[in-house]
Amino acid sequence: MSGLPLLSLAIWVPIIAGFVVLATGSDRNSPLARMLALLGAIFGLLVTLPLYTGFDMATPAMQFVELSPWIPRFNINYHLGVDGISMFFVMLNSFITVIVVLAGWKVIDNKVAQYNAAFLIMSGLLNGIFAALDGMLFYIFFEASLIPLYLIIGVWGGPNRVYAAFKFFLFTLMGSLLFLISLIYLFVQSGGSFSILDWHQLPLAMVPQMWIFLAFLVAFAVKVPMWPVHTWLPDAHVEAPTGGSIVLAAIALKLGAYGFLRFSLPIAPDASHELSGLIVGLSLIAIVYIGLVALVQEDMKKLVAYSSIAHMGFVTLGFFMFSALGLEGALVQMISHGFIAGAMFYCIGVMYDRVHSRQIVDYGGVVNTMPKFAAFFMLFAMANAGLPATSGFVGEFMVILAAVKFNFWVAFAAASTMIVGAAYTLWMYKRVVFGAVANHHVAELTDISAREFLVLTLLATGALGMGLYPQPFTEVMHSSVNELLRHIAVSKIL
Amino acid sequence: MTLAEMQFVPPDLYPVSAEIFLLSMACLILIVDLFVRDKKNTLSFVLTQLTLMGAALVTVFTSARLLSLLIAVVLGPEAATDLTPRFVEALGIPVGDEITYTFSKMYVDDLMGDLLKLMLYLTVMLVLFYSRAYLLDRAQMAKSEYYTLTLFATLGMMVMISANNLVTVYIGIELLSLSLYALVALNRDSISATEAAMKYFVLGALASGLLLYGMSMIYGATGSLEISAIAERLFNGQANKTILGFGVVFLVSGIAFKLGVVPFHMWIPDVYHGAPTPVTLFIASAPKLAAFAIVIRVLVNGLIVVSQDWQAMLLILAVLSMAVGNFAAIAQTNLKRMLAYSAISHMGFMLLGMVTGVVGGDARYALNAYSSSMFYVITYVLTSAGTFGMILLLSRSGFESDEISDFAGLNKRSPWFAAVMMMMMFSMAGVPFFVGFFAKFSVLQAVVAAGYLWLAIAAVFFSLVGAYYYLRVVKVMYFDPPANKAPIAAPMNARILMSANGLAVALLGIFPQTLMSLCAFSLLRSL
Repeated sequence: MSGLPLLSLAIWVPIIAGFVVLATGSDRNSPLARMLALLGAIFGLLVTLPLYTGFDMATPAMQFVELSPWIPRFNINYHLGVDGISMFFVMLNSFITVIVVLAGWKVIDNKVAQYNAAFLIMSGLLNGIFAALDGMLFYIFFEASLIPLYLIIGVWGGPNRVYAAFKFFLFTLMGSLLFLISLIYLFVQSGGSFSILDWHQLPLAMVPQMWIFLAFLVAFAVKVPMWPVHTWLPDAHVEAPTGGSIVLAAIALKLGAYGFLRFSLPIAPDASHELSGLIVGLSLIAIVYIGLVALVQEDMKKLVAYSSIAHMGFVTLGFFMFSALGLEGALVQMISHGFIAGAMFYCIGVMYDRVHSRQIVDYGGVVNTMPKFAAFFMLFAMANAGLPATSGFVGEFMVILAAVKFNFWVAFAAASTMIVGAAYTLWMYKRVVFGAVANHHVAELTDISAREFLVLTLLATGALGMGLYPQPFTEVMHSSVNELLRHIAVSKIL
Repeated sequence: MTLAEMQFVPPDLYPVSAEIFLLSMACLILIVDLFVRDKKNTLSFVLTQLTLMGAALVTVFTSARLLSLLIAVVLGPEAATDLTPRFVEALGIPVGDEITYTFSKMYVDDLMGDLLKLMLYLTVMLVLFYSRAYLLDRAQMAKSEYYTLTLFATLGMMVMISANNLVTVYIGIELLSLSLYALVALNRDSISATEAAMKYFVLGALASGLLLYGMSMIYGATGSLEISAIAERLFNGQANKTILGFGVVFLVSGIAFKLGVVPFHMWIPDVYHGAPTPVTLFIASAPKLAAFAIVIRVLVNGLIVVSQDWQAMLLILAVLSMAVGNFAAIAQTNLKRMLAYSAISHMGFMLLGMVTGVVGGDARYALNAYSSSMFYVITYVLTSAGTFGMILLLSRSGFESDEISDFAGLNKRSPWFAAVMMMMMFSMAGVPFFVGFFAKFSVLQAVVAAGYLWLAIAAVFFSLVGAYYYLRVVKVMYFDPPANKAPIAAPMNARILMSANGLAVALLGIFPQTLMSLCAFSLLRSL
């Protein structure tokens, strides 16, 4: 373990890089802005690598802890730390930032500095969310991260971007304001502490636990998103630029799920057990019903957006079966979905940059003009459908295994995704990629450039590597997951 | 009392040196203006700014407690214990009690008053800098009366802040209000401004009437107009409950009018909209500080014994203000009018801290609650000054820039000022890392600590509604194409101050601790 404040670096390096990029000013300097952004993103990724190499897998305790007072008046501390649950998200986020900067390299030619700065600043804020151990610090990063994404969707988005940006912001704000009240309530109840770890130990009666759980549920369900508060996601995805969609799918959705693990389960364990039926039910609706909704989409981005909701259903299902297998499966699914959904959106972006359409009917026979791209797209489509040897399989399989132990019919419903997921992904793939060349747009397509090849290779490495050898991921999670399960098995009612 | 006993005791003028200084300078500027022919009124402007700066210095260097506090904030507590006695000795500052009374206890000088006055000078100076270019561009308004009236209004606010007698409160309010009526009508060729001034005057006179009526009833009930004496008599139970009740109702109504909370808010949108923007900027910023001070002086210092009564009234006013303010703001297309409704909702939010001070006779939470309100009002004034200042910054001769659509595509015209305006908007919406978030947070935690969970939920619900129209301004600036591409014509000093104002909103949002503790500490020493 090095003496550097690694988590602070993971947060502030991208943010400072973002302001440096912003300082390059007008579009005359856009090549410089791009280079600086890439350097900042890569440096931001490099500083997170020691988190993995220096990680102690034996302990469930928080590591790389930094603690200094911030607002003593309300006992708010700058308290950072990661455990086996959160560590990978910091790394995944820093990795995705590099991808995003590369993805917007050519396409974004309008306000380049602001675009890249928004992503870098958001990357730092998102790292802050995963690393925060102080409730207020978490909330502040959580809400501040809305601003860059709001601007990204609104400034660089599609034709209906204003509606999507507002819907995204207000939906999320609605959830997070109730969350804020719960945080303040916990602050008062715990006698003046905002430490999440203190709250884990705070005894609470059933009724307050229920209320806290429900308030948390609203905040996190919007973010995950769970049915029926998922409607902002397809809009946001469709209108966002490719980079925005990638971050949204790969990282922003994970915040809600992460919130369940950091807040809902350990702070209100009894309510979690009591209401687990509700969450399992909502998760199954997401998996089955949203999967069917995805089947009929005509817009590729919308289809992948709905498929994201279905995949996130697996995550929440995995959490609320209270078994190590389910929890670890859900965590693996979260990371894997980061690679796969990011890649799917990137693939759609690659085609959109050339044809300027996301409609499935506008494509057909892409393989004839873009063979290299078609191969990558195939890999990610298969991964999205949960093909063994890809990371998509590992998480889903673990969750289904856990579900079989939990309840046969739950497992049955969850496993139906293997069919539905394959159906919507591969059917879309078939209509877009195979067949005869559909129109002159497709005929004029050029295959991917070296830069696009690099991005797709990076993402493919993640998806395949995790699918073939998930051990390094799961072994980091083990002790933290077991500790969490031990913790929530004990009632907090006095 | 025999004639021999009725000696004239000269009042201690030391605590009011700043007021005396400001008054003399205002009169001096009036006279100087008669002899100097200058279309630009540069001399009046410079003298006014120097007066405010001087008043700030006088306030700091005549108050040992403020001096010591400021040294402690800037250089650390050790320096304060070390340096303060030296200053006090060198300048001959009398080290009196924590709270100094003068003019037979009509006037009070305490740490809260000192701090609010410092904020007041700062705000008024900011207002004058922002307004300068706008006034020069408009011949009708380039009068030095603007500066003297502003100074008299400032004096009125200082009197309000330091009042310890209901009559003093009234004098302060009237001095402020009369100056403001004249300021609103400063551009006498403008129909909307004249109409706004008439409305303001008529409604303001009505409110003054309510206030006076309430004061007379309080006098009838307790036999005193002096705030600390009223509190004492109420505490001892020597008051007629019925008359007192009526008095409190009228008093609260009058104060609510000055704060501009529902249902006494009717004048706010019209006056904000109709008044010339520099005057709107003035009305929307500094008087909120003074209004907060009289809430503390009259309701908390004077009527804390009947807090259950006025808290219940303020509670209704607060919730109504948040509801009406936020929902009505959505429908506005004029930025000044939208900010007027937003001001109503913000004052409602600020009052939440005032209603949760005493819970069931238990004043444990009072300091926490009132200091959160104070923090809220100070940060609101800072942000509000910035937003109206931005309207002035973007306006030029013949162009007002007060419609929301005038901000279209600001990001293309000036990315920096678009960013500053965005910070102001997100701060008002209560999004971190901006100071508005901590203002809302501190009031909310006071509300939750006092056990009013439902009130906190209502407050955040209305904040959510409020976020919509602030977001709309950001949307117009960032997502829409520019309506005109004219470069920003504002002078350098206004630009620098506007940037500093924006950075203050951001930096106070990252490091709110100092200001929060200042508010809590000054209230602790003053209540």
